Amino acid sequence: MQKQAIFQSKLLPYALVAPQLAIVLIFFYWPALQAVIQSFLLQDAFGLSTSFVWFENYVELFKDPAYFAAVVRTFFFSFAIAISSLSFALLLAVMADKPLRGSMLYRTLLIWPYAVAPPVVGVLWIFMLHPSLGVISRYLRAAGVDWNPLLDGNQAAGLIILAAAWKQISYNFLFFLAGLQAIPKSVFEAAAIDGARPMRRFWTVTFPLLSPTIFFLLVVNIVYAFFDTFGIIDTMTRGGPGTSTVTLVYKVYSDGLLGGNLGSSAAQSVVLMIMVIVLTGIQFRFVERKVTY
Amino acid sequence: MVEDEGIRRYVAHFILWIGIAIVAFPVYIAIIASTQDNALIANGQMSLLPGGHFFEVYYQTIFVGTSGSTREPVGNMMLNSLVMALAIAIGKIAISIISAYAIVYFRFPFRMSIFWIIFITLMLPVEVRIYPTYKIVADLHMLDSYAGLSLPLIASATATLLFRQFFMTVPDELLEASRIDGAGPLRFFWDTLLPLSRTNMAALFVILFILGWNQYLWPLLITTRDDMQTIQVGIRKMITTTDALTEWPIVMATAVLAMLPPVFVVVAMQKLFVRGLVETEK
Repeated sequence: MQKQAIFQSKLLPYALVAPQLAIVLIFFYWPALQAVIQSFLLQDAFGLSTSFVWFENYVELFKDPAYFAAVVRTFFFSFAIAISSLSFALLLAVMADKPLRGSMLYRTLLIWPYAVAPPVVGVLWIFMLHPSLGVISRYLRAAGVDWNPLLDGNQAAGLIILAAAWKQISYNFLFFLAGLQAIPKSVFEAAAIDGARPMRRFWTVTFPLLSPTIFFLLVVNIVYAFFDTFGIIDTMTRGGPGTSTVTLVYKVYSDGLLGGNLGSSAAQSVVLMIMVIVLTGIQFRFVERKVTY
Repeated sequence: MVEDEGIRRYVAHFILWIGIAIVAFPVYIAIIASTQDNALIANGQMSLLPGGHFFEVYYQTIFVGTSGSTREPVGNMMLNSLVMALAIAIGKIAISIISAYAIVYFRFPFRMSIFWIIFITLMLPVEVRIYPTYKIVADLHMLDSYAGLSLPLIASATATLLFRQFFMTVPDELLEASRIDGAGPLRFFWDTLLPLSRTNMAALFVILFILGWNQYLWPLLITTRDDMQTIQVGIRKMITTTDALTEWPIVMATAVLAMLPPVFVVVAMQKLFVRGLVETEK
């Protein structure tokens, strides 16, 4: 990763990397290190003394049924969001990949929700499906559904998944469309000449050729569901009713707000850190990379 | 291809329009709601057609805010969001492009270590280090300030990688030519490399601006003063837990105003946006 033609200078390169290095060390590494250290410490009830307790905070954390439930819930949300958003986006991308009149217009009309912030997504959806004043709730109630996501945990979870998947459609659509356009048309023509009908062509030709894109998007969607759903949850349900929409990130946030156990809060952060490392690792290991070292 | 394409094409158009309708419906409802009377909405009798309160609602939203205790004009929130988004986007690009320049065009001790130190921050999103970072920002007296809103988010492994990759493709002859012309490293950077990076910088700017404008968790934590709120945080505070008090037309107008700048950027700069998205791959 080195040029042949380079400049000679002793101090200039350090001056050039200094701003980024300073920010990274002060705001990234130092707090991360604090979290790791803190996760091995236990503070007494009055905050007067701290002692080193090895993995006790972690053991306590995993023994806590509320935490375990949040882990399961986060994974469930992630897969539900990823799969629903990916399948709908794939359907749209396959349709938009056809030589249609106005296909650029379709693309424009489908990609803009990428720019809508998660808290706004939450506000938009809770407004439509609000138990007492929602526009859609009216029809649900008329159809005999006992709709109240502010009281019913399963309905709240469904609503979060729906809203989060909605936001991610545009991103997935864009990458699927790019993936589809990269497949040479001659492959489809060959399959068509062999007599494969469109549905069969999709499953035997398009889908396998698209699998790198699908895998890449799956990882990105899971990361998205882990972290970016925070804003959606916070404006829609604030983790409720009860704890039925508390994800791992939401739990770190809300436990921290209550103050209380610093060690446990730090241990939660470290667990999240490990999850990010694993997901990023998967992304770089298995997904086709442009970066070479 | 071989089959009757006519019907299939109609089906494709049909499915795409359904997709567009699903994508647009929540936003349509928000726009409609922002033109109506609160009493009607609170009763669950909102009309699906525009009401007559457009100017009144948007005037109050932008210049006055809600009638509640945390009254803060949304115009001011938008200004805060704009400053934060620009600081994050420009800051990330600026510090990343110079670090990438140092890493590619110089040979110095710890060059690779520094590269890895920057790279690994990919794995430390703000969500996994919220409270310790909060504490540092508090110790530095940067709560409720633009510096506190933007500085801790300004490092960018992605942008550094992107510029590094781009610089690697720049032919060595350019450097030799400018050296013959007597240019030093800073001259070369400013006169040759920066102009060549323009498209990359623009594409990155589009993505980073949206990213910055849409920040939520971090501003939520570090702003306590109402006049430092960003629009994303402000909108959350407008939804009161006692539903009866929520002024929905104002909330929806705020939602529309919060969407406007980033959506405009995506639509108006679609080419750069797509390029930036694909290149940063996130």
